[in-house]
Amino acid sequence: MAVTETEPSPGWLGKSVKRKEDDRFLAGRGNYIEDVKLPAMLHMAILRSPYAHARITSIDTSAATALPGVVAVVTGELLAQHNLAWMPTLSGDTQAVLATDKVRFQGQEVACVIAEDRYVAHDALELIEVDYEPLPAVVDPFAALAEGAPLIRDDKDGQTDNRIYHWEAGDPEATERAFAEADRVVTVDTHYPRSHPSPLECCGCVADVNPASGRATIYMTSQAPHAIRTVFALVAGLPEQNIQIISPDIGGGFGNKVPVYPGYVVATAASLLIGRPVKWIEDRTGNLISTGFARDFHMKGELALTDDGRMLGLRVKMLSDQGYAYADAQPSKLKAGLFHIVTGSYAMPAAHVITDGAYTNKAPGGVAYRCSFRVTEASFLIERLVQSAAYDLGMDPAELRRKNFIRPDQFPYTSATGFVYDSGDYEAALDLALEKAGYEALRVEQAKLREEGKGKLLGIGIASMTEALGAGPSRDYDILGIKMFDSAELRVHPTGKAILKLGVRHQGQGHETTFAQIVAHELGIPPDDILVHEGDTDNTPYGLGTYASRSTPVAGAAAAMVARKLRDKSKTIAAHLLEVAEEDLEWEIGRFSVKGAPDRSKTIQEIAFAAYTDHPPGMEAGLEGVHYYDPPNLTFPFATYLVVVEVDAETGEWKPRQVVAVDDCGVRINPMIVEGQIMGGLTEGFAMSAMQQITFDEDGNCIGANFMDYLLPTAWETPHFDLYETCTPSPHHPIGCKGVGESATVGSPAAFVNAVVDAVAHLGVRDVDMPVTSGAVWEAIQAVKGGG
Amino acid sequence: MHRSITVTVNGQARTAEVEPRMLLVHFLREVLDLRGAHVGCDTTSCGVCAVLVDGVPVKSCTMFAVQVDGKSLTTVEGLAGNGQKHALQEGFKEEHGLQCGFCTPAMMLVASALLEENPNPSEREIRWAISGNLCRCTGYQNIVKAVQHAAATLHPQPAGRTE
Amino acid sequence: MFPSEFEYLAPATLDEALSLLAEHAEDAKVLAGGQSLIPLMKLRFAAPAILIDINGLPGLSHLQEDKRGRGFLRIGALVRNAALERSELLKARYPTMAAAAPLISDPIVRNQGTLVGSLVHADPQGDWGSVLLALEGEVVAKSATGERRIPATKFFDGPFTTVLRPDELAVEARVPAPGPRSFGTYLKLERKVGDFATVGVAVSVSTERGVVTRAGIGLTGVGPANIKAVDAEQALVGHRLTDKAIRRAAELAAAASEPRTDVRGSADYKREVVRVYVARGLHQALAAKAA
Repeated sequence: MAVTETEPSPGWLGKSVKRKEDDRFLAGRGNYIEDVKLPAMLHMAILRSPYAHARITSIDTSAATALPGVVAVVTGELLAQHNLAWMPTLSGDTQAVLATDKVRFQGQEVACVIAEDRYVAHDALELIEVDYEPLPAVVDPFAALAEGAPLIRDDKDGQTDNRIYHWEAGDPEATERAFAEADRVVTVDTHYPRSHPSPLECCGCVADVNPASGRATIYMTSQAPHAIRTVFALVAGLPEQNIQIISPDIGGGFGNKVPVYPGYVVATAASLLIGRPVKWIEDRTGNLISTGFARDFHMKGELALTDDGRMLGLRVKMLSDQGYAYADAQPSKLKAGLFHIVTGSYAMPAAHVITDGAYTNKAPGGVAYRCSFRVTEASFLIERLVQSAAYDLGMDPAELRRKNFIRPDQFPYTSATGFVYDSGDYEAALDLALEKAGYEALRVEQAKLREEGKGKLLGIGIASMTEALGAGPSRDYDILGIKMFDSAELRVHPTGKAILKLGVRHQGQGHETTFAQIVAHELGIPPDDILVHEGDTDNTPYGLGTYASRSTPVAGAAAAMVARKLRDKSKTIAAHLLEVAEEDLEWEIGRFSVKGAPDRSKTIQEIAFAAYTDHPPGMEAGLEGVHYYDPPNLTFPFATYLVVVEVDAETGEWKPRQVVAVDDCGVRINPMIVEGQIMGGLTEGFAMSAMQQITFDEDGNCIGANFMDYLLPTAWETPHFDLYETCTPSPHHPIGCKGVGESATVGSPAAFVNAVVDAVAHLGVRDVDMPVTSGAVWEAIQAVKGGG
Repeated sequence: MHRSITVTVNGQARTAEVEPRMLLVHFLREVLDLRGAHVGCDTTSCGVCAVLVDGVPVKSCTMFAVQVDGKSLTTVEGLAGNGQKHALQEGFKEEHGLQCGFCTPAMMLVASALLEENPNPSEREIRWAISGNLCRCTGYQNIVKAVQHAAATLHPQPAGRTE
Repeated sequence: MFPSEFEYLAPATLDEALSLLAEHAEDAKVLAGGQSLIPLMKLRFAAPAILIDINGLPGLSHLQEDKRGRGFLRIGALVRNAALERSELLKARYPTMAAAAPLISDPIVRNQGTLVGSLVHADPQGDWGSVLLALEGEVVAKSATGERRIPATKFFDGPFTTVLRPDELAVEARVPAPGPRSFGTYLKLERKVGDFATVGVAVSVSTERGVVTRAGIGLTGVGPANIKAVDAEQALVGHRLTDKAIRRAAELAAAASEPRTDVRGSADYKREVVRVYVARGLHQALAAKAA
């Protein structure tokens, strides 16, 4: 299926090593949060608000408290006594743990029952009586910013409206000039719908605060356990050395498990107050209705072009629907995340991006759902614009892309909004996709079907995306002030086996295998001999976590660097053992040998043993080290996705017939795992384009609070994928990797939408908002029919 | 009011007192400590709780434990025999048919029921058979290959069927 | 999700079940496949005090024709959707049902869920109701005091409501055996496997010498209950299945639908899908007849 265009690297890079983590999952012996059971453990259930916006006038917990089996009922009032009713968000705003004054979205946490049994806990929820005084709900971000809109955050001093931020990037004057010179301007006005990552495992925790020692051990579904520990120290005022966050096996994350959620905080507070472990397992409705959503950007993009198809400038105005708290999980300095990569793969002389964020009566979130901080929205907008521009110019969409790509000789390329792209060859990826899809023949078939007029139409959609990953360099990237480095600690045992500990936390990405391969490649210890350990803050070095495709670009680099440190020390030991000078040694994977005398050598295993038994005088014993990696730049993987769809012109039904993905993520450590990431990403890209959406009615009631309304594709709808690759290594990453976990989610939605629009473009259709339901396609056709 | 039920689970008779309202998935996880069946939704949509009851896949979140009194259950813990991986377990590992692993036990059990009925399924037949099981990581393609890998191991054929 | 407490009763005979129903009536719910009821109980939208599990009752698992294929197809209350999906009898003789069965929910749910249970649940987006209306089937209800046969046209009484009395148990659904030249299908627009119908259309026609003698059209998801498109059916009877006749029936079926705009699509869109699907269904029937 996949064609590997690159030569396999020597050593352990580029090998599809079978995953070391699989065996426990295949046996049903994974250790997910639901599997964590502690003696005397209690269970917590959450009562949620039925209203999107309402004042709480009273809460009566007496009947619930009296129910046999109930240990405690926690309310916001109780938390307020301990100064825990509110907590900081990852973007420096505040969010309620349990509502005290008002509820601000449907599903907001109002009270928690702690009981001996989960069934009883849920029985007790029905006995809590809450009186609400409903308030008008603000569900539209434009209405939120209008004069006289109800004030959502009346709890915040100085907050007089629903505006959160205003942020700009790029050069407004240069962009104005570009538009003044342009022959034509093409506009796309669209909404990237509110989506939800929905890992199949919901969130949960087991909080175990030992009243005697004061030590809090919190098992938690967290993609970023170290950052959570620090936030907990700040929220709860617990000394940080007394907090241990253990993130056990995680049943998918996709960005959903980055933030701190009220359930974690209440369970911990309850354990502290009661002195017994408290377990909270979220249900699906709770997950969908209250935890980190993604996207929800209203975007208007304008592209200035010459008549011969040269791009001159890009202007973007956006409004972000943030929910009732600004809780984006993204670098502090960048209010709209990395959205300003919106110039994409194109040599765009000028660009200007304006973004505003608004409070609404919806759940907070704004997580990077399989996305590097809003690059998904950016990629979608530019790739939709390019297709619209091609129609406007009467050019083939592939040709227009080709004409405007940043050329290989232009790298490192500084974009109009300030990114320095590391490397790329966009035309090569596009050409390979066109060739593999049989592009010319598809256009012929498309024309023939249109001519036949039997109601079956063919559409071809392309997206040539470039994204920015691997946040990030400490000068620009931090979360709540903590720089976005990551770390690795490597310890080689006397027998030559090793443990590699990292500050990130995988959720299915295969770190236990790929990171072992990195060390294997650098030191020659086979991956099977290396245990990769993550997700326990007491036993791993500090790191910012796994999201935004940053693990391989940052933590993977740290793993390579720490292995190199140990290799340096190994060299000294080898020189000692072989009684030669270090300069006389040469390294091949797994051993140092004497130059010119290859039979005189020491393997890494022998050297490791010597590090504990026969190390040079004056040298510290042992073979271990730690490295904190501060990336010099982001990495810029790219791809071309080409989607072919069949559309039923009568009903608007459509389905993908062919999906060709050409990904370039630099060096591939484990091609099997990389391809797995790409296929997963393509599926979520398809899902967003076709069906995933959380909507609200005018009262702020959430439509999409379960898997019957919030739709995830099954194997039946999901298309077959054909994967190909090109390889353009990152020049600054120690082993040339760029990261890949999210590329396909970022890039492919535009390819799917472009394909459907392309099928009906001859009728005059230029846009269909996501999710592209059959009804939406039909309405779009009717609209152009009606308008002539 | 608890009821006593006796169930044969992975070949072993197990007797327990349960509340009628206890869901089968909670019985398996909490009472029998069999953790392969997971819970991923509230609406019988995701299928990560699927187990076999008398050889037939059911969503164990949508059945009460009292309903399986006298029946025979297979969970992922019963797939492997004599310390050997089941062909499906091998197939999922070889073809990278799992990432986070949360849907995997149910996926393999449903696939095992399919292979009982159809020893050499096509890609379409596999996709249809597992369309009651969500996976959020793999995009299903490698799951299809994993099932075909297992089919080839269990029932070697001269050539795979094409569509 | 965690259901409320209930008392669980598992009768061993039909008589026992009927007397328990008579005794508990309004307080009790019948548990068959449970694929609609248990989710509602988990969400605590339903909290019956007593659950009467009929899965252990003998004599309710039949799927067969009586009177040597000239009477009825009889579907017992414990016949699972999976059995209907795999039935060669349905594929050969009841194509509308054979087409609908694989489109009910998802494969695992079909292993438990039953046709009769689905009828009793009376979800306006349920597929079997439309099929039964198109095929002019009926439901057999038993109680401690007797038995009655309720035509599908009289069975549904609004969303999630039927004319069954609380002491009655639906023991069987019946569909009249088809005439010699009968054809049909079920077309469903769904957003994904397991989704309820945006629009579903059940079509069934019988012909003699090319002239339609009986036509059945049932509509799913486009009204407060399943709809029998009577005008469309009558417009076909006595006519050949010409393009014109099909077009006319499709338009009448669309006119009979009462869809609402929701996340699945606008009312206009759903009405249009009814029109297109009825026409397609009839064309497919015509093609099947030619084959």
